[in-house]
Amino acid sequence: MFFKLFTTFFKIGAFTFGGGYAMLPIIQKELVDIRKLISEEEFMDAIALAQASPGSVALNTSVYVGYKIKGLKGAIASTLGSVLPSFIIILLIAMYFFRFRHNEFVDSIFMGIRPAIVALILSAAYQMWKNSRKTYIKLFSSIATVGLVVFTGLNPIWIVIAGAVSSVIYHKYYWPFQEERER
Amino acid sequence: MVLLQLFISFIKIGAFSFGGGYAMLPLIEEEVVEVHRWITTAEYVDILAIAEMTPGPIAINSATFLGYKVAGVLGSAVATVGVVLPSFMVMSLIFVFVLRFKKSPYVNWIFKGIRPVVLGLIAAAAVSVGGNTFVDLKSVLIAILLFVLVTFRDLNPIFGIVLAGALGVIFF
Repeated sequence: MFFKLFTTFFKIGAFTFGGGYAMLPIIQKELVDIRKLISEEEFMDAIALAQASPGSVALNTSVYVGYKIKGLKGAIASTLGSVLPSFIIILLIAMYFFRFRHNEFVDSIFMGIRPAIVALILSAAYQMWKNSRKTYIKLFSSIATVGLVVFTGLNPIWIVIAGAVSSVIYHKYYWPFQEERER
Repeated sequence: MVLLQLFISFIKIGAFSFGGGYAMLPLIEEEVVEVHRWITTAEYVDILAIAEMTPGPIAINSATFLGYKVAGVLGSAVATVGVVLPSFMVMSLIFVFVLRFKKSPYVNWIFKGIRPVVLGLIAAAAVSVGGNTFVDLKSVLIAILLFVLVTFRDLNPIFGIVLAGALGVIFF
């Protein structure tokens, strides 16, 4: 089972392009549909927890699913499986790529790709906003975050912590007060 | 010494970036470009492009690449382990305490507060990457075209990057 989990996640890691979110449907197909190692609901729980936790969503999902199937050993197998393909492929590219990096042709390719990266990032932000329940407070926090990161250079860690703390204070002290007043 | 710095930087990146992928970018940039000056912003964007085009999670791909750039094969191993370790530990804890976690309203409130920040971090990544990217009108046009194709026409991001690379060869 250890080896099987490893090879399954290795395959997933090696063949999914486009980052974490692109890996999720493939993990689902392999583990839920084909191998039936976990149920659909368990998989949805895994994704929700993975998104709520720090780090890469695909990696978090792999760790959780590994635990679910075979405990700590399973988690180690699935983590190694999903990390190793990235590691090997990137290492090869990094070693090879730097030999021909300073070349006019490669430069012009990257001149085209750089704006595309900006577009991809904006597209991800736009889709997240579109799929969320929109409120003024959320809009304010998002815009304040952009402003703080871009203009003050404040470390994002502090903004994440401030967001969490202010939300707890808001829900614990302001909300009950609001409900009281409306009554 | 640089290995230890790499390890600590990537543990920080792994431990404090919620929302995965793109939301991790401002943190990675802060650590490797602003704080430690291991690479320039232009090099950083090139690494992002490669991390996008290759299989696997972007965070792990960029950690491996940046680690190699800073301190060779050993550096890439250290950075990758660093970025993976917090995920592994946090998910282990969550698995053990999953039911307790689910019931607490505090956890729910914390996530409610973090989500809009995550969205803001992603947008900020676009702003800071964009600042060094838009050299002329042609690059702005490439960005607009790609945004429309990926967002409204469901173009696969990998094909988008290949297309943009081809446009780069034609335009520049």
